[in-house]
Amino acid sequence: MQRIINFVLRYRNTFLYVFFAFIALVMTIRSHSYHQSKFFNSSRWISGSIYGAGADVSSYFNLKKENKRLVEENQRLRKMLFNAQDDSLAPLDSTLAVYQVLNAKLIKNSFTSPRNYVTIDKGEKDGVHQDMGVITTDGILGIVENVSTNFATVQSVLNTKSNINAKIKGTEYFGSLIWDAKNYRVVQLIDIPRLVPVVVGDTIVTGGMSSIFPENVPIGTIKKYDLNASQSFYNIDVELFSDMANIKNVYLIENKDREEIEELESRTIE
Amino acid sequence: MSSTLIINILRFVLLVITQVLIFNNLNFLGFINPFVYVIFFYWYPIKGNRAVFMLSAFLLGLVIDIFSDTLALNALASVTIAYARPSIMRFCFGVNYDFQSFSFKNTTKVQRVTFLALLVILHHLIFFSFEILSIAHILLILKKVLATGMVTLILCVLFSSLFSPKSE
Repeated sequence: MQRIINFVLRYRNTFLYVFFAFIALVMTIRSHSYHQSKFFNSSRWISGSIYGAGADVSSYFNLKKENKRLVEENQRLRKMLFNAQDDSLAPLDSTLAVYQVLNAKLIKNSFTSPRNYVTIDKGEKDGVHQDMGVITTDGILGIVENVSTNFATVQSVLNTKSNINAKIKGTEYFGSLIWDAKNYRVVQLIDIPRLVPVVVGDTIVTGGMSSIFPENVPIGTIKKYDLNASQSFYNIDVELFSDMANIKNVYLIENKDREEIEELESRTIE
Repeated sequence: MSSTLIINILRFVLLVITQVLIFNNLNFLGFINPFVYVIFFYWYPIKGNRAVFMLSAFLLGLVIDIFSDTLALNALASVTIAYARPSIMRFCFGVNYDFQSFSFKNTTKVQRVTFLALLVILHHLIFFSFEILSIAHILLILKKVLATGMVTLILCVLFSSLFSPKSE
């Protein structure tokens, strides 16, 4: 017994190291296979507030560029509105609209790691909840993962765990949008069958198969493509429309029918 | 004794803030975000209790992880370099390290930079390997370790000469 105690005492630092390393490893491996930890993430009160204070200062530096981008978006949307076929200038009945849109500001951006999460300054208090789609003025950004009272974290498309339904614009062939962690401007579209005519420069948009994003939200353009190992599906490199390194204002999309769709689907699988 | 404690707590907080607000957003060349907080392990008193040292390393890593949503990667890398520090010091400073009178003042600049470089390389190797966790990405891991490590080392050398502790 004495010798066991002596042994433990002699190597107590090693034991301590193994203990800490074990905790850290378990957390790391969990983060590879499961969702982000519920309690330790940057949407928490203290980290969110510190990021919020930092963003308050840094947001002044590109105010001009950001305003210009928003005006351009407004112009595009105005054009669509005036050219719309139906009389959409009549007041919208918000109870009938399937998609609700909220706006938010990014307070923490990240695009260099293989699993990127960004933090936004809206939370539960403002009606944000898990699995809302997030888009920028140019294209898609990701899906809300964790929500606290005042902040939320968003799993970016630049995340190896991200998997978003997407299709080639104008066709109904859809595949999955994933990321290989190599270049933050390029994501990959897989599972597009070989018989589909693919042309470099074609636009990729979100598909209608997910209840998170509405159909036809722009994602990017085809940069290059080749066949996968089995020679039956395309691997397509998609250059993103949104510049992930430079985002400030984002929109959150809520699908009011989502709960109903999810419930129906889970019942069908049972 | 208590003044060293206060200095270290202050250092801890300031390093976390500089790391998450400045250096995590640097994105130099599109992918380089140096981990300057590694200098904490260079500055930490040599004669302190090792268990306390490892505990503070774990907490420092964990706090930075919570901010950067990279749960426990920084904690893992930090605890490892905290555990390996005595061996690295023995390697860099030779037998001098074992004497009670050892202090950084008696060492050469080259020895100190080597010590810092080994800490940085070990930290980055563990961080990026576990971040990607795939042998297929070995070239990406090496590229990130070398490029980020280089920038971290330069910044840490600058920091260490700017804010050198007077007598520890």
